[in-house]
Amino acid sequence: MSIFSNKRNHQDPVLAGTSGAAGTPDVAATPGTPGAPGTMGTLGPTRSLRRVSGLRAVELGAAAVALFLVLAACFPTLLAPFDPLAINPADSFQGPSSKHWFGTDESGRDIYSRVIHGARPSLLIGAAATAIGVGLALVLGTLAGLGGRWLDFGVGRILEVLFALPGLLLALVFIALAGPGITTSVVAVGLSTAPGYARIIRGQISQVRSSAMVEAAVVLGRRPAQVLFRHILPNALSPVFVLGTLGLGQAVVWASSLSFLGLGAPPPAAEWGAMLAAGRTYLGTAWWMTFFPGVAIVLTAASSTVLGRALQRRVAGR
Amino acid sequence: MSGSTPEQPAPGRPALSDDGRGPARTLADGVRLPTTVRWLLAKVVGAVFVLWAVATLIFFGIRLIPGDPAEAILGGPGSQASPEALEQVRRDYGLDQPLLVQYFTQLGRLVQGDLGDSYSLRMPVAELLGNQLPGTLLLSALALLVAWLLALGLAGWSTLNGKAAAVVASGLEIAAAAVPHFWLASILILLFSNTLGWLPPVSTNSADGLVLPVLALALPLAGFLGQVMRESMLNAMTSPFALSARARGEGETGVLFRHALRHAALPGIALSGWAFGSLLSGAVVVESIFARPGLGRTLLNAVTLRDIPLVTGVALVSALAYVVVMAASDVAERAADPRLRAA
Repeated sequence: MSIFSNKRNHQDPVLAGTSGAAGTPDVAATPGTPGAPGTMGTLGPTRSLRRVSGLRAVELGAAAVALFLVLAACFPTLLAPFDPLAINPADSFQGPSSKHWFGTDESGRDIYSRVIHGARPSLLIGAAATAIGVGLALVLGTLAGLGGRWLDFGVGRILEVLFALPGLLLALVFIALAGPGITTSVVAVGLSTAPGYARIIRGQISQVRSSAMVEAAVVLGRRPAQVLFRHILPNALSPVFVLGTLGLGQAVVWASSLSFLGLGAPPPAAEWGAMLAAGRTYLGTAWWMTFFPGVAIVLTAASSTVLGRALQRRVAGR
Repeated sequence: MSGSTPEQPAPGRPALSDDGRGPARTLADGVRLPTTVRWLLAKVVGAVFVLWAVATLIFFGIRLIPGDPAEAILGGPGSQASPEALEQVRRDYGLDQPLLVQYFTQLGRLVQGDLGDSYSLRMPVAELLGNQLPGTLLLSALALLVAWLLALGLAGWSTLNGKAAAVVASGLEIAAAAVPHFWLASILILLFSNTLGWLPPVSTNSADGLVLPVLALALPLAGFLGQVMRESMLNAMTSPFALSARARGEGETGVLFRHALRHAALPGIALSGWAFGSLLSGAVVVESIFARPGLGRTLLNAVTLRDIPLVTGVALVSALAYVVVMAASDVAERAADPRLRAA
């Protein structure tokens, strides 16, 4: 039952999503309460089709946003009309216009071009942080899931400590020790996302390990390494991509928060968080400096959530 | 992730058997303490362990980083500390002592509640934190309450209004959850302070000074909570007990309020530890944008100035607050869900 699947207090709704609906045994499709998760099979064909297509429209939008962001990250010069760093004091603090779609900043730099050019550093930082978080979580989760009781206990305690400094707090403590900068902030964000991933991976691995498939492989005389690499890991790791997609948006948000606080990418860079930090000073006079880079972050995070959910449904075979 | 269940009890959780109905038979014989006392003991041991680990990690962390710890305490290589100041710090912090002596000296101080002096503010850390904590707790508690109400309200509204409402609610939740705290805070200031002039951009503990920071913290959280609560509510509305309530002649609204509401609240309660953590984390940003004194802003200043004693203090206090809230959410969960209670 989904209520109980959320019982673990540490479970992160970002990652857990609404996945609990799978396999709810208590769904009695009642007329008058449409749209309940898990009722698809019992609804009429037209209705279920519409439901599917309705979801697809959102997913299509998210995919379009993601495609645009990737395009912007790979070929910013194709999309951006101006040099993101070119200073033009005569044009400073221009509002949005047909020439400068998102306006200009205090040095007359084109905000639209800076948002486009900001996609690469922002997404790279988010992706690198997610990779670090997932990688660390894989090591911890695999050790806990396969290493036996004591290792499981030990990793559990490590996670307990990491969870006690939630979100940015762990990242900030890490930055206090290692000093500010882009590299530190990437590692810091990765570190603070790791415990959430690790808990899920650990559960996944110990579930696969106790499956009939693995039992059969052991009975058939496969070597432990073979069982691990051929059976346990491939099956336990498919959710990792889902987790990574779901978590990427949050990593971008956190990394940009650090930049905004002046602990990540330094201000002249066309990174979204750093742009917002610069816009903060002129909030009263130039709202566009704050508004547009923020929209880019929100779109990134939302599309990563929607795409992650879609992927999750695929993996779960729903 | 309902499959990730083969789990040993988390520290702090009482050793209950799988169905949560009674004490697990871990000891074959011997005197057993009452369940509540054992639960409390386990929580306290868990909390002490977490605090010890946080203090230890920071202690050794600062010494693992290349460079002179005395210099790091004084704000890093950029601070250009004079040799006299470095010497002073070495003596004050006992850095001339062997590492293990230093470590146990510091632990001994921490046990006595002495968190040391903040380097940047030249004040006892404990006193500083005592001043900062209430404001942050007030802010977090209000934001948690507002987030709950928003999430439950949205869940109830969408449940009663069919599919189109569900799509709208889902969209709102995803959008709210994707909004960074710092951007939302800026936009709120822009809208309500700069343009409309209704609310002050600087936060105090007065009612109108709290509205914007509470909203900035609550909206993203409501997005996360709403996703979980709405699904739980929908599941409850389609469950056999809801069907039988309808068969007895209960209207949809009645089923929602008398039966589904509690189910929607359960995951919210279970997640309130996580939610509190995300609020503490969000408070770092929100407090600094609204120039509001508090734990988060203190931590940010401490990190920027690399004031390690203050960072350690904030980390310990927030870890302790987190552990306490986790325990409280455990209790609340049992109170709200009779199925979890010991028989």
